[in-house]
Amino acid sequence: MSRQSNRTTESKKMNSELFTLTYGALVTQLCKDYENDEEVNKQLDKMGYNIGVRLIEDFLARSSVGRCHDFRETADVIAKVAFKMYLGITPSVTNWSPAGDEFSLILESNPLVDFVELPDNHSNLVYSNLLCGVLRGALEMVQMAVDVRFAQDMLRGDNVTEIRMKFIKRIEENLPAGDE
Amino acid sequence: MTVHNLYIFDRNGACLHYSEWNRKKQAGISKEEEFKLMYGMLFSIRSFVSKMSPLDIRYKLHYYETPTGVKVVMNTDLGVPNCRDILHQIYSTLYVEYIVKNPLCPLGESLRSELFNSRLDSFIKALPFFSARAG
Repeated sequence: MSRQSNRTTESKKMNSELFTLTYGALVTQLCKDYENDEEVNKQLDKMGYNIGVRLIEDFLARSSVGRCHDFRETADVIAKVAFKMYLGITPSVTNWSPAGDEFSLILESNPLVDFVELPDNHSNLVYSNLLCGVLRGALEMVQMAVDVRFAQDMLRGDNVTEIRMKFIKRIEENLPAGDE
Repeated sequence: MTVHNLYIFDRNGACLHYSEWNRKKQAGISKEEEFKLMYGMLFSIRSFVSKMSPLDIRYKLHYYETPTGVKVVMNTDLGVPNCRDILHQIYSTLYVEYIVKNPLCPLGESLRSELFNSRLDSFIKALPFFSARAG
């Protein structure tokens, strides 16, 4: 039991530069492996998705957050709890659509891009696209289909980084195979 | 706290009585279908329990479900108190740590991690109310 108590769910510190550089190495390698930026964006999204579907379990284990009652609550939990826990930043939630099914996360700083400058020949690269995949994968596991994309990016000269999230539908829990 | 509804079934599964008070949501199916669903669940639990403990059909079923739909069910005898924290610990310190965070363990398949099995075994055996003898 002693080893188990060491492996509790408290967050462990990690050197943020190592994290940033590791992510940079990953994106660089993808740029070498794939012909065009669109394909790299797609791969980043896919990787993020695979991370997201597992990360949500860790998130639920660590935080005492239960099921959210509406999309506004979800937005708050993502910004104030999840981003804080995993990236150490707290984006602001703004630009709600009138129907309440779409909002933006505004990131004043983005730890993934600390040392990054986009070269001219990668103008279509969405460098932090992994984050979109993570959000999409994590929310899918809690029965929410969402569309996530970067609307603005400081890397491309915008003033802020803006992630736009759109609620698509609730995913009904599926019955085991064989049931009607 | 409140009361949502009450069912009384006869021995053949017919619903003899139903009434509801503070029910916040309707099932979206006819009452007859809902009675069948409820009775089907009871029937399944009963037949499951009788296969597990032939002498005594008293037991406690502890259930924990995460927002991601992971469900943990633990059956104990009646003396065991509320197990919510324990089931949450099984999820957070065992399932998440040894299965979800292990990239070699595919999700959605039966778990084949020796480490998880042995940790779970020692976790359960270390519980204050664990005793190999029933009763």
